[in-house]
Amino acid sequence: MRTPLVAIEGLTVDFGHGPQSSRAVDGITLEIAAGEALGVVGESGSGKSVTWLAALGLLPAKAQIRGSVRLDGRELIGAPQRHLEAVRGKRIAMIFQDPSSCLNPVHRIGWQLGEALRLHRGLDRRAADAEALRLLDQVGIADARRRLGDYPHQLSGGLNQRVMIAMALAGQPDLLIADEPTTALDATIQAQILDLLRSVRRDTGMAMVLISHDLGVVAENVDRVAVMYAGRLVEEAPGAALFSRPCHPYTQGLLAALPELAGGRRRLVAIPGTVPEPGSVPTGCRFAPRCPVADSGCATEAPPIQAFDRQHRSICHRRIDPGFSVWTLPKAAE
Amino acid sequence: MTPLLEAVDLHRHYAVRTGRNPFSAKALLRAVDGVSFRIQPGRTLGLVGESGCGKSTTGKLALGLIPPSAGEIRCESEPMPAAGTAAWRTLRRRLQMVYQDPLGALDRRLPIGEQIAEPLVIHEQAKPAERRERALSVMEAVGLQRHLLTRYPHELSGGQRQRVVLARALITEPRLLVCDEPISALDVSIQAQVVNLLLDLQERLDIAYLFISHDLRVVRQVSHEVAVMYLGRIVERGEAENVLAEPAHPYTRALVSAIPTVGSKRERILLGGDPPSPANVPPGCSFHTRCPFATAQCRSEIPTLQPLADGRDVACHRVHETPLRLVA
Repeated sequence: MRTPLVAIEGLTVDFGHGPQSSRAVDGITLEIAAGEALGVVGESGSGKSVTWLAALGLLPAKAQIRGSVRLDGRELIGAPQRHLEAVRGKRIAMIFQDPSSCLNPVHRIGWQLGEALRLHRGLDRRAADAEALRLLDQVGIADARRRLGDYPHQLSGGLNQRVMIAMALAGQPDLLIADEPTTALDATIQAQILDLLRSVRRDTGMAMVLISHDLGVVAENVDRVAVMYAGRLVEEAPGAALFSRPCHPYTQGLLAALPELAGGRRRLVAIPGTVPEPGSVPTGCRFAPRCPVADSGCATEAPPIQAFDRQHRSICHRRIDPGFSVWTLPKAAE
Repeated sequence: MTPLLEAVDLHRHYAVRTGRNPFSAKALLRAVDGVSFRIQPGRTLGLVGESGCGKSTTGKLALGLIPPSAGEIRCESEPMPAAGTAAWRTLRRRLQMVYQDPLGALDRRLPIGEQIAEPLVIHEQAKPAERRERALSVMEAVGLQRHLLTRYPHELSGGQRQRVVLARALITEPRLLVCDEPISALDVSIQAQVVNLLLDLQERLDIAYLFISHDLRVVRQVSHEVAVMYLGRIVERGEAENVLAEPAHPYTRALVSAIPTVGSKRERILLGGDPPSPANVPPGCSFHTRCPFATAQCRSEIPTLQPLADGRDVACHRVHETPLRLVA
């Protein structure tokens, strides 16, 4: 097998010290091949964003990171700043949920794009200008020359996100980490941005990690999906398998809780309870308190990995047959 | 049947400066521009649209929180009294509001029991001794445990806070709840809990909802009827089942096709560009700048809502030409 582009192994992130510390990410192991699109799904507090911030060394100093993140076999955790700076933006780029707060409000779009191009590609001013124009064109911004002279507040949310994508592409990265890239956008604009990400990936062959709480967004845009819950990976599978034959009770619950557009007005299958607070996660399986099929073992012991086929694994005590939902009987209102 | 609430040709306009100069010319921002709807007792009207389409303004107009520039709101055939009057305050007991951000809508320094009972104090409804009992009974109705009565908002989870906001709205036994994006700030698994709660409460208490949301999937689950807004106007309205399953207006079609789905792949209509500013609404059909079917007529004439055979109303010049069913 080829070396993966990025290999995360046993990544653990703690915030704070001693008894007050809370574990945001607990032993994540994941790989991404070159050119692959991986979806990472989870609710708030699942550690889906922290994993990647830790990998790129973007967390504050109070975060203690253990484990390993390798890019083309080279370790990133604990790597010298100089090495990380050559990776960030250049090999691995990241875009975030709120584009307007990621752009500098006092500089023109053209200046900000130019900065990225000078930094990552070492272009001179003239070459950077031409390349900035080409990038805006690539991300589908009409009238690119005029837009280069605009400030972020003059652009709409959708246009700003396009500018962010253009900046991310400036370093010609091998991997784009898109952290909830469309959550702040309207439905029709979200469709535009997802379409753009697809076409950019088709043109450049770059790999992508799409982090989202929206299973629908992930389903349509990735090859493989990892589901996270309370800092741990609970299920990982190719997209088609995960959505048609989910094995982990949590994944099944998330899918069952999705409202559908077709059919009548109806109750939804709701997962009872709430996500555990970071400071008080259950021992054993973290989903056990909300799981309809949990037994006493689930509450005390860490769950094993159940492999269903080569690429489909679920981290669960119970071996639930793919496709058999543990949520079929809607429970009475709590 | 007399509708519980009726909006008749509502307008809400704001004068805004066109430039940053305080002396620059004023333009009229048409936040709501001729909206009519009816809500029957115990039924849900879903109001959908993208940001800036005027759906929240419509919600505030419906409760009389802001006065309309033109048009009127009727509650059980009676015109809505002016805000601040005694008659309006009496009416407001029966029309309540639930906001999007539960933490912002709650007072951080008051235990939630007091906040839930506060509407009773304001409306001088129950005796002080009764208020605690009433608070406990609505808390039970929304699925909050008794011991939370003395807790503060920061001690609760997002889903619990939204239940508190709901309990507070329900304590005056309203006939209508205006829910403005009530679940958008919640996690997926919690959203389903709150949607189920809203459905249960409606069944038990026969409340009507004006459910405002940008999320069509959620609107589908709770609404009997939907109205789709674009730039201050309703472009399509009808039975939720019909409108969302077979949208007729090109904008509704684009909205429905933009919903990311798990499973079946559908044809996607990608709209170009952003919605225009409500301060500068295009002439004719306001959607023509983004509509793939627009003709010369669309650019000059404003379409009005016309009934279709299945009872829905659509404001589109070309609705009879374009086939209703989307080819998958």
